[in-house]
Amino acid sequence: MTHHTHGDSCSNACCLKIQNLSVDIAGEAILKNINLHIHCGQMVALIGPNGAGKSTLLKAILGQREYSGTISFSAVGQRNRKPLIGYVPQSPAFDSGDPVSVADLFACCMSKRPTFLGVSKKMRQKVLTCLERVHGTALIDKPIGRLSGGELQRVLLALALEPIPNILILDEPLSGVDVEGMESLMEMLDEIRQKYDLSILITTHDFAMLPRYANQVVLISHEVLRQGTPKEVLQSPEFARAFHRKGAMEA
Amino acid sequence: MSIWYAFCDFLPLEMLHWDFMKNAMLAVLLIGPLFGLCSTMVVTGRMSFFSDALGHSAFTGIAIGSLAGLAAPTWAAVVFSVCFALLFSYVRSRSNQTADTLIGVFSSTAVALGIFVATLGGGSFTKYNTYLVGDVLSVTPGEIGLLALVLVAVVLFWVLCSNRLMLTSIHPQLASSRGVPTGWMQTAFTVFIAVTVTLSISWVGLLILNSLLVLPAAASRNLARNIREYHLFSVLLALVAGIAGLTVSYYLGASAGAAISLVLALFFAISFLLRKVRG
Repeated sequence: MTHHTHGDSCSNACCLKIQNLSVDIAGEAILKNINLHIHCGQMVALIGPNGAGKSTLLKAILGQREYSGTISFSAVGQRNRKPLIGYVPQSPAFDSGDPVSVADLFACCMSKRPTFLGVSKKMRQKVLTCLERVHGTALIDKPIGRLSGGELQRVLLALALEPIPNILILDEPLSGVDVEGMESLMEMLDEIRQKYDLSILITTHDFAMLPRYANQVVLISHEVLRQGTPKEVLQSPEFARAFHRKGAMEA
Repeated sequence: MSIWYAFCDFLPLEMLHWDFMKNAMLAVLLIGPLFGLCSTMVVTGRMSFFSDALGHSAFTGIAIGSLAGLAAPTWAAVVFSVCFALLFSYVRSRSNQTADTLIGVFSSTAVALGIFVATLGGGSFTKYNTYLVGDVLSVTPGEIGLLALVLVAVVLFWVLCSNRLMLTSIHPQLASSRGVPTGWMQTAFTVFIAVTVTLSISWVGLLILNSLLVLPAAASRNLARNIREYHLFSVLLALVAGIAGLTVSYYLGASAGAAISLVLALFFAISFLLRKVRG
């Protein structure tokens, strides 16, 4: 598969194109004229102050929010088809008292057989295969409400990777995860990005991670203020203004 | 029915030699699994106050049905409850108020309307007491058949939709990102609860009905570690509590519905104490 550098036309490549996307909620413009290209095999980080519209943009891509403009996806040989999106929602997400095990969660998503009758052996095997991808097979019987922040992210990631999507979207995957957990999660995402050649779109406030792992950073506050390499964006005056920092961040 | 009657006569239990007790026991054996199942999703979906409000709307429906001189006010109540549930779902999806505030709005409106209609023109409220307290001993074989039908419908709905419904309850956003029609799921479940609650109100009673929709799953959650155990414990506890409650009420002469609720409350207390053991 051919990848090309930022700024090229995407005529033949695997790419998610967002053109002139706007979202109004109750007459207020939450997002204005967003233009973004996300190529396969890239990790793109969406950053911006609270209330900048990051989650709204993710919801629009997921089809959970009405928008104007176009979101299209083309892959090699297949143009403008609906991309398969894997989504890792923001955590903490589950009630700690929910009697739902990790295996149950997978079975509810993947199996037609009602989970209240129990998870079949075949399904268990499939769940183990999925958890293997995130080195989390030991978690299979744990109740989802009792997973640590990092464990929960890994389980949700494994779920989002079944079936292997074209685009993986993670909403604030690093919040509620300790520094060690962040490192291992980002390493894992990097591994997955290369292994399956998928695009990864994350929102985050942990800018220190970006130079090492992100290919592209997009700074938004209702509109795209700046996009480019992590270094370009983190050292830009737009970044400093958006986060009220006196000096730009040392990347 | 005759097989059940013969079976009861065969049992060496004095209380099951009365026809009304035979009917009541059979009704309880149906109500147990029915409420045990519904309970799991009511609690997981944090809808316990909503089911309470539905009970109130069912009462209002019965009052309206009686006023209109309908022969079967229960059916008027079913229609009213389903409309009430649909209207609530609609308002909840369009409003930015929290669910508990909206439930309060709907519930109090339904009760006020019910009492207003019931007492219109100086009418006496006493004839509605049976709906408040409930009387499982008055259940007829025809009504038991209806309960059985509802149970079959709920089991069928569970087999077809419980995976998606569970996902919707524990994480709506995750569910919809995986293609689950969350709005339809919630609405369908709401309608099922509305029908179940309304058809059971004459036997269980408005004041106690909600305990049957909350306690079995609440107790089960203390012990269960996966969805299978959750359903299994919930249904079993509701069933055992039903039989035990009916038996206790027969020998002590108290309301059966109340006795069943108290047994369930006892189960909840025990499960609460045992929860640490299961870890």
